[in-house]
Amino acid sequence: MSALQRLFKFHGGVKPAYNKEASTRLPIAVAPMPASLVIPLHQSIGGMPRPLVAAGEKVLKGQRIGGADGNVSSAIHASTSGTVVAVEMRLMPHTSGLSALCVVIEPDGRDEWIARQAFEFRSASPGQTRDFLRDAGVVGLGGAVFPSHLKLNAGKHGKLDTLVLNGAECEPFITCDDVLMRERAEAIVNGAVIMREILSAERVLIGIEDNKPEAIAAMDVAAAEANCKAGDAAIEVVSVPTRYPAGGAKQLIRVLTGIEVPHGERSTDYGVQCFNVGTAYAIYEAIALGQPLISRIVTVAGNVAQARNYEVLFGTSMKDLMALCAPLPDSDRIVMGGPMMGLLMPGDSVPVVKATNCILVGSQALFPPPPPEMPCIRCGDCAKVCPADLQPFEMYWFSRAKIFGKAQEYNLFDCIECGCCAYVCPSRIPLVDYYRFAKSEIWAREVEKEAADVARERYEFRLLREEREKQEKAAKLAAKTAAGREKAAAALAEAVKPAATPEEDAKKALIAAAMERAKAQKQEVHPENTADLTPEQQAEVAAIEARRAEIREMAKPHLRQDD
Amino acid sequence: MLDALLVMALGAVLLGAALGYAAVRFRVEGDPLVEKIDAILPQTQCGQCGFPGCKPYAQAIAKGEAEINQCPPGGDEGIHKLADLLGREFKSLSAEHGIEKPKSVAVIDEQACIGCTLCIQACPVDAIVGAAKQMHTIVAQQCTGCELCLPPCPVDCISMQPIGASVETWKWKYPVFKINSTQRDAA
Repeated sequence: MSALQRLFKFHGGVKPAYNKEASTRLPIAVAPMPASLVIPLHQSIGGMPRPLVAAGEKVLKGQRIGGADGNVSSAIHASTSGTVVAVEMRLMPHTSGLSALCVVIEPDGRDEWIARQAFEFRSASPGQTRDFLRDAGVVGLGGAVFPSHLKLNAGKHGKLDTLVLNGAECEPFITCDDVLMRERAEAIVNGAVIMREILSAERVLIGIEDNKPEAIAAMDVAAAEANCKAGDAAIEVVSVPTRYPAGGAKQLIRVLTGIEVPHGERSTDYGVQCFNVGTAYAIYEAIALGQPLISRIVTVAGNVAQARNYEVLFGTSMKDLMALCAPLPDSDRIVMGGPMMGLLMPGDSVPVVKATNCILVGSQALFPPPPPEMPCIRCGDCAKVCPADLQPFEMYWFSRAKIFGKAQEYNLFDCIECGCCAYVCPSRIPLVDYYRFAKSEIWAREVEKEAADVARERYEFRLLREEREKQEKAAKLAAKTAAGREKAAAALAEAVKPAATPEEDAKKALIAAAMERAKAQKQEVHPENTADLTPEQQAEVAAIEARRAEIREMAKPHLRQDD
Repeated sequence: MLDALLVMALGAVLLGAALGYAAVRFRVEGDPLVEKIDAILPQTQCGQCGFPGCKPYAQAIAKGEAEINQCPPGGDEGIHKLADLLGREFKSLSAEHGIEKPKSVAVIDEQACIGCTLCIQACPVDAIVGAAKQMHTIVAQQCTGCELCLPPCPVDCISMQPIGASVETWKWKYPVFKINSTQRDAA
């Protein structure tokens, strides 16, 4: 650790009781294999992976059971070998208490791996490396579960100044990163070396809060070894002051480098990228050992007799895991994560997933119910502690009044939901609950608006299409009648047109002769009803005809006058 | 006296000319109010308002020919937004135009479908796929839940199914503090 490392400060923050000792007394233990594993398909930010297995299939440990859906997604793997019992909806580790598609595996006890092979990232293109990590299911293990392959991108400059490894672990009770750094420092640093090469980063800063001296010491040794091997001093372990939330990505970047990443921009554009130490370990396992992400370190703490860290296969039920730590009889709830940002679980049957860094067992005595919410007195304490430099009281008023546009204008979406504001609020307002409410309402509206825009577009296109079809039909009809008329006109012209060639003349003459013959025949033939008449009758007919002719003659001048 | 009148008259003529020029020069094509109203409407194109689509209803509102409370899919929230936009008083949804229902999608019972294409012709957003004497199906993502395909179906094989919340679409509830009995006594 360099004594000359200059540290910076982030705004605000609080110092809650850390409660980390209980779970760091014992080393990491491997949780026993449960009777069944319920592996949710959707464990990361982004698209929901497609199931690649069906009930009845045999799977091996590390076999891909969910394929990434698009690039913003991450694959899911079988945590052990066994038989797929079902692919069905199961309760998710989510506050909503809703179910989602899970692959249920019955372990066969052999724990048989797929063929594992190290990935030669040096001879692969950056795109291939990212695809490999996506298919290895590596996501950020700090809690946000953002697919790591999307972050292993050097940004527009093609190289980074600083790769930050986040070992701050600022939230109370949680110690999974602490023990990982104590026990597996070398693997973490090896992961950092791989990431540094992929990102072509100038240096690596590993930020660890100064309340973890053992972890700092272990990481120092591993970093010195790696530096010695590489012949430079690129990797540096930095002890940062203990203050919640120093482990927020933006906060740690600010403390270590002094860079404040502006709203809506990426840290890579400022030459910095930040990964959790657990993610570095997972990247090492995936690339150097060919093992996809199938387990993680989980802290079990809170209202338990023996708090400890376990290496847990994804899909293990929280109930099985808690049972190892002997929860006290007055336990009444399970929180995934810490007391500041954790999510209340709908029950103990939910599985451990990639986002589960801690299982915090709660009770009335340990976490008493919040006292009644009082009106905001505009003291401004929340703004003093906000590590994101926001005005929490403004966001609170607008969220409470459901004026979401205004809340957004106060940069609601820059809120990291760290809970500092609610922690210091003298009126005990559950501020973060209001922000979460407002954020999910805004997202829902956004989705609705997009759907409405698509519907409008499709409706307008349909109207356009109907109009076009009508016109096409009319045009077709017009063309048809026009063609008919043309044909008639052509026939007429043919009749009027004088014969052009002798052949045609001959034809015409023949036709004329035939017509003459027909006429003559017609004249020869008498109408049948006058053929058998007597001469008197015939004379009568002739007389009548003569009279008719006479009358016609008489009528002619009159008709002409009429004309 | 005359000077003053002349000055005023000259001013009036000049300003009038400027306004007239501006009216021609900065003429707004189309009616921006209709666009704004249309943006609030839910675009289900269901016709429950009595107009053949959301746009015609928006035009009717802009002209003052229709009330703002005729759109059941938009619900009370939509009426509030329209009232804010137009500076009108909020009115609850008019009963004759229908009631606000949970968002749902149409689902064709593919066993019963006879392939008559009548629903395809009725769908305002072309969300039904199929051909004559072939089975039809609904593209759920594009279905607006307008229910216009229900009446033409000769075998009644289309039903509306409400969209349930999933983990991705679930919304955090409005924080409500529960007062239990001891606290109530204390208060």
